Amino acid sequence: MRSMLVALTAAAMMIAMAACGDEKKEKGTAPAGGGAGASGQVIQKNAANAKTAVTVGSKNFTEQFILGEIYAQALEAAGFKVKKELNLGSELIAFKALRGGQIDAYPEYTGTALTSFFKVKTDQVPKQPQQAFDQLTADLAKDDITALAPTPFENTYRLGLTKKKAAELGNPKNISDLTGKSQQLVINGFPECKQRTDCLLGVQKTYGLKFKKFLASESKFEVLDQGQADVAFVFTTDAPLATKKYVVLEDDKKLFPPYNITFMVRNETLQKIGPQGRKVLEDVGKPLTVAVMQELNSRVDLDKQEPEKVATDYLKESGFTK
Amino acid sequence: MIVPASFGSQFSDAIDFILHKRESVSGGIQVGGSELLGLTATHLYLSLAAVAIACAIAVPLGLWLGHIGRFEFLAISISNIGRAVPTLALIAFFIAYLGVGFTNVLVVLVLLAIPPILTNTYVGTRQVERDAVDAARGVGMTPAQVVRKVELPLALPTIFGGIRTSAVNVLATATIAPLASVDTLGTPIISANVYGDAGRLGAAVLVALLTLAADAGLGALQRAVTSKGLKTGAREPRRRRLRISIPTRRGHAT
Repeated sequence: MRSMLVALTAAAMMIAMAACGDEKKEKGTAPAGGGAGASGQVIQKNAANAKTAVTVGSKNFTEQFILGEIYAQALEAAGFKVKKELNLGSELIAFKALRGGQIDAYPEYTGTALTSFFKVKTDQVPKQPQQAFDQLTADLAKDDITALAPTPFENTYRLGLTKKKAAELGNPKNISDLTGKSQQLVINGFPECKQRTDCLLGVQKTYGLKFKKFLASESKFEVLDQGQADVAFVFTTDAPLATKKYVVLEDDKKLFPPYNITFMVRNETLQKIGPQGRKVLEDVGKPLTVAVMQELNSRVDLDKQEPEKVATDYLKESGFTK
Repeated sequence: MIVPASFGSQFSDAIDFILHKRESVSGGIQVGGSELLGLTATHLYLSLAAVAIACAIAVPLGLWLGHIGRFEFLAISISNIGRAVPTLALIAFFIAYLGVGFTNVLVVLVLLAIPPILTNTYVGTRQVERDAVDAARGVGMTPAQVVRKVELPLALPTIFGGIRTSAVNVLATATIAPLASVDTLGTPIISANVYGDAGRLGAAVLVALLTLAADAGLGALQRAVTSKGLKTGAREPRRRRLRISIPTRRGHAT
């Protein structure tokens, strides 16, 4: 009985430890900018901008915090007075704040904006990023909001697997390369994925793939590492993808909607900051490729750096600030 | 009655979701109605298993600790630690050891269910009147008999109080099981883009009903298992209990 008590106490200790994070990082820190370093022009500070105040918003997860900081710090570098509201919760809250003028601008994903704000069905979203962006621009015009040119990267769904598993499966490159093998594979996704047409249902239909089992869990990389699942739905800018331990399969049948970032700005704000301010905002998004965004996310999620510092470093490494 | 009009229509939409199948919000599948039967069955099975296992662990342990009257700190503080740790964190923690699936959620729910039962069993056993225990010893009962025939029956109402608390906790918390690949009534609550507001509210209503039913059912059971002596004793505690537990010497006196 005494040993049982010890066991119980030990269990209690483990429970306490579980509350702490256990993310691990197995990589060195590569420079962001991914070779595109020093591509930007140094942002010129204009003292006249000091009288113009801009409130920058963002949603409440890592990538959004970083992006919000990048845009905010770029405006600061140009001399504007910037206020940050970088924890606005879901897109519905952020968009409401934008339309209501509580914030002047925030970064949003094109696919998300179309489906959440304009009720476009996920399978109706244009598959070409530019087309999706054009449609969004047209929709936003009614709200007096301008969507600035989208980033090169998109944060969309893909199927990912470990390098080891990929080798076992004959190094597939595309999702359709899983044809004939998928019946033996366990696929992981977040719980809702199983019943969504832009997730598992879509993959089953568009690619004609049947999987052995769907395993619902948010801990996708842990589940892949342990071999509980063979394939998983990943987001293209997930931090662990920067570790190069995983292979991401191409969406060769164009199932998933584009999710590029566009910085949405109120038209009146755009007038206040003028063409110079607009150019700064458009320029700072240009070096943001998938590899760069993965790296920035990994500095926060895996290296535990602050989004503010990561954004500052990004602007420096890309040559926007000195 | 000042009820926002939208609330009424949302609520009737939720009831409609419980009764009839419909196309999911994101399209492609039918949800609601009879689909909920399977989810409810898993929900109940999972919860029942968790509470049963927790009882099997916590009741004997609590009785023993209460009987020897030691480790009070342990019996009470385990309860507090158990409440402090988010169940969600436990699921993520156990993925490394138990994987994703039924076992993971079951263990997590058992850990959630143990503390109230353990604490109540301990406290219930400790609160048994010392006179009654002494008398039981006096008539030559072995320690095991004291536990079984005196302490357990007298502590039973308190123990059941713990089980009721645990059952309600577990039924409500089993809604997070879908995060570890077990589809319960939490699935419509978590998958908002598939089930929509009606699904969320509908499933929440079902969980609430299950919880109330379990509480009422266990309450009835609690009254049924409470020993007669305790029930009457509730009115006149001292005299009655003394008369029951201490053998009279009437034979000698006359």
